[in-house]
Amino acid sequence: MTVAASPVEPAAVAKRIVHPAARVLIGRHRFQWWEVLPWLAAIGFYFAFPDYLGFGTELLIAILFALSLDLALGYAGIITLGHAAFFGGGAYTVGLLAFHGIWTEPITSLLLAAVAAAVVGFASGLVLLRTQGLTLLMLTLCTTALLGEGANMAHDYTGGFDGLPSLPIAPVFGVFEFNPLYANTQYLYSLAALLVCFLFVRTLVYSPFGQSLTGIRENLLRMHAVGSPVRRRLVICYTISAAIAGIAGGLWAQTNAYVNLSALDLDRAATVLIILILGGHGRLYGAFVGAVAYLALEHLLARIYPTAWQLGLGLLLVMIALFARNGILGLGEVLWRRYLAGRAAS
Amino acid sequence: MTEIRLETRALSRHFGALIAVNEIDFKLNAGARHALIGPNGAGKTTFINLLTGVLPPTHGRVLLADRDITDRAQAERVKLGIARTFQINRLFRGLSVLENVCISVAERLGAAPSMFYPAGRRTDVIEESMHLLETLKLVDDAGDRVSELPYGRQRLVEIAIAIGLKPEVLLLDEPAAGVPSAESHIILDAIERLPEHIAVLIIEHNMDVVFRFAKRVTVMVGGAVFAEGTPREIEANPQVRAVYLGQAGRG
Repeated sequence: MTVAASPVEPAAVAKRIVHPAARVLIGRHRFQWWEVLPWLAAIGFYFAFPDYLGFGTELLIAILFALSLDLALGYAGIITLGHAAFFGGGAYTVGLLAFHGIWTEPITSLLLAAVAAAVVGFASGLVLLRTQGLTLLMLTLCTTALLGEGANMAHDYTGGFDGLPSLPIAPVFGVFEFNPLYANTQYLYSLAALLVCFLFVRTLVYSPFGQSLTGIRENLLRMHAVGSPVRRRLVICYTISAAIAGIAGGLWAQTNAYVNLSALDLDRAATVLIILILGGHGRLYGAFVGAVAYLALEHLLARIYPTAWQLGLGLLLVMIALFARNGILGLGEVLWRRYLAGRAAS
Repeated sequence: MTEIRLETRALSRHFGALIAVNEIDFKLNAGARHALIGPNGAGKTTFINLLTGVLPPTHGRVLLADRDITDRAQAERVKLGIARTFQINRLFRGLSVLENVCISVAERLGAAPSMFYPAGRRTDVIEESMHLLETLKLVDDAGDRVSELPYGRQRLVEIAIAIGLKPEVLLLDEPAAGVPSAESHIILDAIERLPEHIAVLIIEHNMDVVFRFAKRVTVMVGGAVFAEGTPREIEANPQVRAVYLGQAGRG
């Protein structure tokens, strides 16, 4: 939308929307040149590291999962430790359908995973989102624990602790098979799913709905006072976020060809939170940066200190919490602003 | 005869044994400039919270233009035309001044539920928000983060968010509270420039503000209406002087 599109309006109106602050709002959703970089990097990775595509797939799924959390936590300010519930919900949807021979077509399975996770998100959100802060945190944690225990107890269907191995997943478009030794298909398939979900989330956060979520994050009580149906917005956001986490879980089940209880455990819920905090929440690309940083560190530290690699991660988190509250991206923004200010001064 | 915009009938709120608001019958006319004063703990803010639906009353009714809104939720009352500001700023602190106002305007224009087009395409929202900032002389701060503004300007944004809702009834809870006296005139100017048809109820401790602004004053003491009249009558009332004005250090 440009100013020229409303030529009939008086000059004062045109002046108002060319004010720098207005221009920022009008143009904020436009793609920046650097936004193509992560995707170029992902394609470059495919050709440069053909032996690491399994790791790459894991990375893409971690990004997608963190992105789903960013929508709820980073944009709407929903403090949750229970996103593994939706990841696991999606993973078990794919797993159960495939293992019991009901449905193995991958793309529709992913959509079903999204629907199943959305249902869990909607139902739990209706109840949980009446609370805030620590209460909400504990309740989301409980939801995950309940689902995990449910999956454990429903041994006949879910395989309990052993999970569901050797899932038969049909080829993508009936052509491209998931080969457990060469993860080319898995990688590109996950990359495509991430791209679609990312474009969706990006559209959402720059929409008027996304702006109102930001308002809820910044001041929930004031949002009530401007007449916003706060709980409805939160439940919608939580449901969408859950659906995307479900897709991430579904991808995980498909590309690994198994599901087990680790899809639903606290470790997974905590890891995705760490990834997002590390990268920077409420920034869309924080999920990308955080996932790359986390998995690279995990790889590196595990090689140097196989028994105590989490110690290094913990130290890094302490540093982030003390000196870079907005994660790596937030730190980058501060440094960039300082550089610009320094250049302007000299 | 001016029409009554907002009315309460025997409105009461108890907190356990404490009666914070006691059987208040109150009328606010269209275009009113009405002040609500009283010592700390008189129940003024609780009264506002009852009017806006933050708290449910223990008993009594709230009517907006003869329509019973007692059971309506806070957000619904906003849609019906009641807006308020807060005694302690409730701003979207991490956002720019313009974004703060846009959130309220987008909500009123019904843009906020839309998910599939960029907010920047709603130039009507942005244009109206900028216009509002112009009337409040906040244009120069439009791009600044509110948390980085001086306190007096933050109080203006607090008012701007409420005006963005184009209310019929505006409740101002101590709009000049905490603002250095050198800056308080910007708040007063803003209040005086409010559209005339809006019914304004202002809670204020600063008697200069009250006597400059209000056409009518209600004094609350101990949760009940103690006196009501024109500013001149209230100022001359010896009982009011004894319980309240004396403490406020005027005259």
